[in-house]
Amino acid sequence: MSAPAPSDLRIITSRFDVEDGHTLAGYERTGGYAGLRRALEMAPADVHGEVRTASLLGRGGAGFPAGVKWGFCPPGVWPRYLVVNGDESEPGTYKDRLLMERDPHQLIEGCLIACYALGLSQCFLYVRGEMAHAQERLAAALNEAYEAGYVGANVLGAEDFSVDITLHWGAGAYIVGEETALIESLEGDRGMPRLKPPYFPASIGLYGKPTIVNNVETLANLPWIVSNGGDAFAAMGSDSSTGTRVFAVSGHVATPGVFEVPFGTTTFREIIFDPQYAGGMRPGRTLKTFIPGGASAPWFFEEHLDLPLEKTTVDQAGSMLGSGAIVVMDDTTDVVKACHNVVRFFARESCGKCTPCREGTSWLEKILGRILAGQGRPQDLDLLMDVCDNISPGINWPPRQTTICPLGPSAVSPIASALERFRDEFEAYLPATAVAVTTSSGVAS
Amino acid sequence: MARLNSNSLAIAQEIIGRYPVPRSALIPLLHLAQEQDGYVAEDAMAHIAELVEVTPAEVMGTCSFYEMLKREPVGDYMVNICNGISCHLLGASALIHHAEDTLGVKPGGTTDDGKITLEAVECIAACTEAPCLQVNYRYRNQVTTEDFDQLVADLRADAAGVAPHGQLAKVRQHVSEDRWAGVSPPHGQGEPAWMARNPSDNGDGS
Repeated sequence: MSAPAPSDLRIITSRFDVEDGHTLAGYERTGGYAGLRRALEMAPADVHGEVRTASLLGRGGAGFPAGVKWGFCPPGVWPRYLVVNGDESEPGTYKDRLLMERDPHQLIEGCLIACYALGLSQCFLYVRGEMAHAQERLAAALNEAYEAGYVGANVLGAEDFSVDITLHWGAGAYIVGEETALIESLEGDRGMPRLKPPYFPASIGLYGKPTIVNNVETLANLPWIVSNGGDAFAAMGSDSSTGTRVFAVSGHVATPGVFEVPFGTTTFREIIFDPQYAGGMRPGRTLKTFIPGGASAPWFFEEHLDLPLEKTTVDQAGSMLGSGAIVVMDDTTDVVKACHNVVRFFARESCGKCTPCREGTSWLEKILGRILAGQGRPQDLDLLMDVCDNISPGINWPPRQTTICPLGPSAVSPIASALERFRDEFEAYLPATAVAVTTSSGVAS
Repeated sequence: MARLNSNSLAIAQEIIGRYPVPRSALIPLLHLAQEQDGYVAEDAMAHIAELVEVTPAEVMGTCSFYEMLKREPVGDYMVNICNGISCHLLGASALIHHAEDTLGVKPGGTTDDGKITLEAVECIAACTEAPCLQVNYRYRNQVTTEDFDQLVADLRADAAGVAPHGQLAKVRQHVSEDRWAGVSPPHGQGEPAWMARNPSDNGDGS
């Protein structure tokens, strides 16, 4: 069964090929702000109802249902805020930047709809610091939208509906993608995750007030959902993974790219091998392994190719769709180096708040570093797993945590995956004399 | 280098005005200081502390957490080569080594002429364009060693069309007074007026 052409399915990437799609004129010409007009004809609770009906799963990484998350605002506590998570930094992930650069008004319209539905009186649009072009596209779009009356005082002339959107930008820190760290950063602090509970900022968030934190792609879906109805959205994709999703397929493929596909029904094989998507492996190469959902996800292999890009299925198979990043590695890949690359990322980006993550990730990096340098010891492979077990007891999926946020356990994924499957490649790096070396390093093993 | 000049100060006050709590403007103001001087000067941090009503130590605490904020002068151009997993798979290490040899500096170092600071950075979200880099946060995709050499020549001649380090977006948010709804302070707010619209029975009680 071949997948329909991508152009037939585009909901949120429909303007990627429209030259002026990022301008107000281009956006209005292609149906923009119809969802907002429709929403304003409805009661706020009914707009929320459509999002529940749509079963829209959050597109940031955890995949929590947005309509349910929205329902966690405690009644009678005001004001409530909206914070947009545009701090896209998960290695391999590359969709929110395009959504912000190429269709900024769609995101703005999504923000307005969310604010209307939930009584959120101010929105903060947090864009990753390194994304200068996205920041200027959003600034230009906001300036236009304010002047045209879509944002700010009396939206579309409504006497009772006013909402401001403040463009905010970060300064380089992966951890800020974690929603409580994002709030800390937005309050002007170091971006370190907050202790849980409360588990959701919807109860206590920005300035201690109810705060909805949604991913860019999640919000970008709202104009379509309100215009076409939650039922129409839920009819696309699978039962539990509805609508479409945007995946970035990168690494050793013939035609890497960013593709919007039906959520839950397209398979990994299709998106990696189909000529209309990533086009398969580079000539003469074979698949070795792939990361199905960003650097935090355990790796998949040949036998997982026929799984659908569906949240529950992938969760049960021992990994996650995460942030929609598929990174493909072929038979030329040195998995020890690849593993070291991903672990180094987490070691560098650990905020240092929790000991298992702060110490564990840097130990893992150092141990892998000495293995790569030909100075590994025979017990190092077990030591790696032991450190992993201290960060995430049992090394299971979904991971148990000894830390406030999932960053620490994320560093376990590549090691557990690679060591289990390719232990021989790690052993090949150990010097032949290593077997005779038995001195203690002072590190518990 | 200095406190914020009058031009920067006017922009700073507009930015602060968009937040219910001034401290929230801290990171954007640190970027503004960096735009003015090319890095975040100590005097600028002290000035920002006054503006958002926190101590200079708190400003330093925030500033020192984030990679983009430089507390020492850097080159006119930050060349940040991506070393994320997708770029790693497609030659990032070779590109970084080539850059080190060409520029004569290691990541973190600045060339003797003060033009270029080299960094090896984590994923910059252009994974299908690997290997990629950013020059002052502007992308260069699928970079070959020849591309890199040309880029360095252009940067040394200030001919790459990239603004000096510190400037991010070329467009700023600006809201005219009559269009601004007014910030929502965290206290003393009631239910927004529109929530009483067309009450229906299928609400969620929120």
